[in-house]
Amino acid sequence: MTMTAKKEKAPGWSREEMAARAALDIPGGSYVNLGIGIPEMVARYVPEGREVIYHTENGLLGMGPPPAPGCEDPELINAGKKAVTAIPGASFFHHADSFAMIRGEHIDICVLGAMQVSEKGDLANWSTGAPDAIPAVGGAMDLVAGVPTIYVITQHCTAEGEPKLVESCTYPLTGQGVVSRIYSDLAVIDLTPEGFEVAELAPGVDFDYVQQRTGCKLRKGNGLD
Amino acid sequence: MIDKRIGSPAAAVADIFDGATVLIGGFGEAGSPIELIHALIDQGAGNLTVVNNNTGSGHVGLAALIENGQVAKMICSYPRTTNSKVFPELYRSGKIELELVPQGTLAERIRAGGAGIPAFYTATSVGTPLAEGKEIRAFGGREYVMEYGLRADFALIKAQCADRHGNLTYNKTARNFAPIMAMAAKTTIVQASSIVELGEIDPEVVVTPGIFVNRVVLVANPAQESRLVAEGRTYP
Repeated sequence: MTMTAKKEKAPGWSREEMAARAALDIPGGSYVNLGIGIPEMVARYVPEGREVIYHTENGLLGMGPPPAPGCEDPELINAGKKAVTAIPGASFFHHADSFAMIRGEHIDICVLGAMQVSEKGDLANWSTGAPDAIPAVGGAMDLVAGVPTIYVITQHCTAEGEPKLVESCTYPLTGQGVVSRIYSDLAVIDLTPEGFEVAELAPGVDFDYVQQRTGCKLRKGNGLD
Repeated sequence: MIDKRIGSPAAAVADIFDGATVLIGGFGEAGSPIELIHALIDQGAGNLTVVNNNTGSGHVGLAALIENGQVAKMICSYPRTTNSKVFPELYRSGKIELELVPQGTLAERIRAGGAGIPAFYTATSVGTPLAEGKEIRAFGGREYVMEYGLRADFALIKAQCADRHGNLTYNKTARNFAPIMAMAAKTTIVQASSIVELGEIDPEVVVTPGIFVNRVVLVANPAQESRLVAEGRTYP
């Protein structure tokens, strides 16, 4: 990948570019669950010609794009409680069946956001553990426990500049050793038995730049110099 | 003759007693049996344990039931949403108890309860704070946490179509928890948008067989929770 350093703005991928990069790794024929936020945008970028079926855990397989304004149905929503559509070939089912698809390893890929990911693949994405917070978990723990491939899309650092890729998570865990690959604004990073391995760098970003913004040691993947 | 139809939401919820455990269907507003919940507010039973994925929004439906002081404990997976104000305030001031359960574990606990399964093991939540204090057991080299089946005194659910035997169909993603809740309650109370003659629902498309249903009340034009919230409505 070419390096084009642009001084005028922070280097790296935009939210859309992160989603688009992740979308390249969704094979045709996959059953996929997309989390709320940037992960939802992945569906827009899956290359043409790949048939991918989207699952939303509130009870729909074959979720389509949002409806045209004025055509929203309050009883046809996704897990984020937003109006969606159902594609031809879609099905509705109750919650126990929906989570059997997740917990029974029938969904192939799940794309989620993260507060922290550890070098062991632990994910924290449901609670900061703050004493006054209202704890809320939804289906996150079910997804990471049951879906074989967990991709994370996240900014590399918090808004305060703290690394989100760390040696071990300080926030309460969602699951242990569950993350396969991370798409950050700076790099694509794989979880390996030896820890984080950089597979690709965003334009204008070099390995040291990513390392400086990561809370533990990174390794270079085969694709990097 | 078996006839589970009952004349009004008030009559349908009349025997819900203080301290009862009540399963309430719905994922957000989709599938929320709002007329049955309002009838329960009018009826006034208190000290309830309520099971729902969320805690309602605005000041109508489930949020109004909580606001009215009738709920001692919520069992749910996601107690805060954009318009949920009532539960967070009560929770922070220690006036309501919360049992937080992962969404799939919640669904499976209800399904298991309805199927006569007292407990089961799941990989969900292993290694997290939600597994603390629970039995962990390894099967095939992987750790699982034991969770209990969940049964209840009553279920309040919303269906699209019913007959007098209690056979039910639902509308799209409003189905969510209703079929499993119907199985897990001693008394399942249904509000249906239409009630049809026996045989009009094709047996091949019945989602909830009538054996899981005790009472059916017709609510032909159910209120839409988000519309009530947008209008700033309150209940009672």
